[in-house]
Amino acid sequence: MSSKWIAVLVTGVLCFILKYVGHSIPAKWLERPRISRITTLIPIVLLSALVGIQAFTTQTKFTVDHRLSGIIIGAGSVIAKLPFPVTIILAMAASAITYRLKI
Amino acid sequence: MSVKRDSIGVGVSVGAAGVAFGSVAIAGHFTVAQACVLSLLLFSGASQFALVGVMSSGGSPLAAILTGTFLGSRNGLYGTRMASILKNRGWRRVVAAQITIDESTGMAIAQEETDQQHTAFWFTGFAVFFFWNICTFLGAVGAKAIGDTAAWGLDVVSPVVFIAVLWPRLTTRNLKLAALAAFTWALCITEVVPSGVPILTTVAIAVFVGWK
Repeated sequence: MSSKWIAVLVTGVLCFILKYVGHSIPAKWLERPRISRITTLIPIVLLSALVGIQAFTTQTKFTVDHRLSGIIIGAGSVIAKLPFPVTIILAMAASAITYRLKI
Repeated sequence: MSVKRDSIGVGVSVGAAGVAFGSVAIAGHFTVAQACVLSLLLFSGASQFALVGVMSSGGSPLAAILTGTFLGSRNGLYGTRMASILKNRGWRRVVAAQITIDESTGMAIAQEETDQQHTAFWFTGFAVFFFWNICTFLGAVGAKAIGDTAAWGLDVVSPVVFIAVLWPRLTTRNLKLAALAAFTWALCITEVVPSGVPILTTVAIAVFVGWK
């Protein structure tokens, strides 16, 4: 079995277990302030790091390329509160144009 | 009646983003089958995008599993909240657990009466599940047909999706600083540690900032 299949299946099963455990334990265990602050922060830090890695690295090397224009247009669209599909399409267009022009 | 209509509306609009996931998975050298199994089994947008993102940037399966699972932990917290409303047992709890996500929980707790909370949870959960899976398949097959995904801008879809998810959540100064610190940290160490590690190690920032 390929490493991708292992990651797909193991993550799928682990995430289901987390959901099921959530449905089965007393709510008060997870409502302590410190726990809830940390669990709010975890997705924020992971996703912020992912944005950096996916936008500005190539095979772990720091890279600034055609993706930068897509990221700037995408971030600008998010801040301007444009609808989600519009945001994605504008970002794709900016990145694709820059890529094809070999800038 | 309007609860059902609103729930299905959420399902259609959120599910449509499955097209983005399907195409990103193909751009990240996953197969159509792997993209579809992720949407069926994992069924959690951020975890799915992250898993594909970590592995396609060269990360190990372990780094992908840990990142995806940390991101999925949020649904466990929603589970405790929903369990106190739904009070399910047996197979109904199994099904409810699988469709416990941002949208189904959010729509349910926005209702005032218990009946409507149940309706909103089940309708939203099933609607998102249905459309997300169909759209994943369409996006994956479509991207497969395209070929060079960078020429169509697909390589920025995933980070822009994350920016769209993150921005409204950065409501306090602490959250903004934590996000900036994680972004900077990951880029500073990417050339000196194995792929996947720059992302995973930011959990320490979450613990540090959230401790006090």
